Amino acid sequence: MKFVDEYRDPRLARELVAYIRHRSSRPWPIMEICGGQTHTLIRYGIDRLLEGAVTLIHGPGCPVCVTPLEKIDRALAIARQEEVIFTTFGDMMRVPGTGGDLLSVKARGADVRMVYSPLDALDLARQHPDREVVFFAVGFETTAPANAMAVWMAKKEDIRNFSVLVSHVLVPPAIEALMEDPETEIRGFIAPGHVCTVMGYTAYEELAERYQIPFVVAGFEPLDLLQGLAMLVDQLEEGRHEVQNQYTRSVCREGNPHARALVEEVFEVTDMTWRGIGVIPASGLRLRASYAAWDAEQKFQVDAIHREESSACIAGAILQGKKKPVDCPAFGQLCTPEHPLGAPMVSSEGACAAYYAFRRFQEAGA
Amino acid sequence: MRFQCPIPIQEYDTVTLAHGGGGKLTQRLIRDLFAPTLENPFLSELHDGALLPAPGGRLAFSTDSFVVSPPFFPGGNIGDLAVHGTVNDLAMCGARPLYLSLSMILEEGFRLKDLWEILVTIRERAEEAGVQVVTGDTKVVERGKGDGIFLNTTGIGIILDDVDIRPSRIRPGDRILLNGPIAEHGMAILSIREGLSFESGLESDTANLWPLVQKLLEAGGRDVHALRDATRGGVASALNELAQASGTGVVIQEASIPVREDVRGACEILGLDPLFVANEGRFLAFVAPERAEELLALMRTHPLGSEARIIGEVVEDHPGVVRMETWLGGSRVVDMLSGEQLPRIC
Repeated sequence: MKFVDEYRDPRLARELVAYIRHRSSRPWPIMEICGGQTHTLIRYGIDRLLEGAVTLIHGPGCPVCVTPLEKIDRALAIARQEEVIFTTFGDMMRVPGTGGDLLSVKARGADVRMVYSPLDALDLARQHPDREVVFFAVGFETTAPANAMAVWMAKKEDIRNFSVLVSHVLVPPAIEALMEDPETEIRGFIAPGHVCTVMGYTAYEELAERYQIPFVVAGFEPLDLLQGLAMLVDQLEEGRHEVQNQYTRSVCREGNPHARALVEEVFEVTDMTWRGIGVIPASGLRLRASYAAWDAEQKFQVDAIHREESSACIAGAILQGKKKPVDCPAFGQLCTPEHPLGAPMVSSEGACAAYYAFRRFQEAGA
Repeated sequence: MRFQCPIPIQEYDTVTLAHGGGGKLTQRLIRDLFAPTLENPFLSELHDGALLPAPGGRLAFSTDSFVVSPPFFPGGNIGDLAVHGTVNDLAMCGARPLYLSLSMILEEGFRLKDLWEILVTIRERAEEAGVQVVTGDTKVVERGKGDGIFLNTTGIGIILDDVDIRPSRIRPGDRILLNGPIAEHGMAILSIREGLSFESGLESDTANLWPLVQKLLEAGGRDVHALRDATRGGVASALNELAQASGTGVVIQEASIPVREDVRGACEILGLDPLFVANEGRFLAFVAPERAEELLALMRTHPLGSEARIIGEVVEDHPGVVRMETWLGGSRVVDMLSGEQLPRIC
């Protein structure tokens, strides 16, 4: 397939693996932030091909996994209301809340529908003027422009039966929180390619300078990640700490100005709870007051729902890269994709689910 | 060839509760629509059941229900699946399909025109497959208590002489043959689902597999150890089921699994793994290694097997587990899914 197979060339991949292994003087601890990148690394077995040269730490970049329990419970409360058509991305359907997940609420009669785009949800609102259509607007900076667009269009067309439940998180404050931890072992970052497509990478230049740590903005195909890791290992071996861009076919330094302007118009920065990690200051987005009429939390008065998270799951340590999924006593025993205790087991981008799907037999020595 | 007759005139243009009430309207539905369309001597008796001659030899017996939504999709409709699904299940037992039953659960308000089109499809597919629909049933449920139309077909077939097809005959060393590119049915359905619709030329691969299976069995005989159609859950689930049932391990090569370009593109965009996407015209054959190349060549002479491949083999290691060698030289487990495959967020 054109524009895909080029980035999965086995010969080039093997050359890059050999280069990294040759270049690396020790197993550099490198974090990939984004869940999509975690998925590729594990699916193709890249982390194992690089064992000894690079130790990959899987970061908190799965939006499904870091959405706080409280938001899930609010989503469930809204979805249960009779007039509501609750729309969501597919992998939010099975994220466990306090009293079940969206799939089980659907089974009990709620109208929960999977969509691919918030604009499809907006279409549903146009088609069903007698119903309330709510979209679960989760994600990092990547999904923010499309979510902003849906709200902006709803306002422009005065579509009043549409609203969004916002749970948006931002990458740079999370990196800051990780680097402020004195115990952190991270020595380099693969920066998330699609977040940077929207936002550019100037924010990472500040972080690189402040923490003296290298970044490479990389794509999502195996060759993207291998090349990105090679660039990081080069920097680490030479003692540099720059921001480099491997993903030039998609990312430029300033990002996408139109998308950024739209996000800025609709959203403002707010403190945010990350599931398993806690509150990180100025790490999320919420609707601006001028868009309050499209805020599902206000419309359905669910802001009173507050939840503390269970301590059985070590999602926090996993999302911060302090532990691997297999270090968790519940992994594969109490916690499986059928009965997830925590969110990283739910989304295919979650570190635990990726380990469970592709890795547990090898880890067990079978 | 298409069955061209117009729909026989009915007083209503949609299904009503009275059509399932057992009275005159039920009778009219059966006499005017079902019986003449699916006509054969067994059905025409309009008896409570079909009185069938007992064929000699061993029988295969299989049942399947069809709830596809929407019932009309690119490349076919629920009627295609209802015939092919059960005929293929019989074929996977090594049996020539002979008779089908047909049960319908109709939702009040379902359009008779659509019912007619589905019936005509069933007739055409049954004729092609050489099976007769010999008995049936119709129920109507209130509006909102069904999804338009649900079908069930149960089939009887006669097992060919000198074949023995079952999972426990799978042996380490067996080669695994796949008759063509995967994931077409599931992606065709997904392409028209509300909320997910995308423009594509994808069509369901729904097909009667018996003619190809017959060819394979007549040549391969007892060297064909097991067959499995890769329907719901796709090739990955079928392989896992057989690995578990036979207590052997399975190794497949990623590079050898055929996926059409447009299907692969749709899967890439939606974040789905084609290995887990449903097929309605694809099956796996586990055959003795020394016959594999010959049987592969034979499959390729048939239109339904023209793109057949050997995708892997059976091993003694890791019993019950399917392992895939990736093109990168890595290796990973191909597990069963917990539920439906959920599209990824970004």
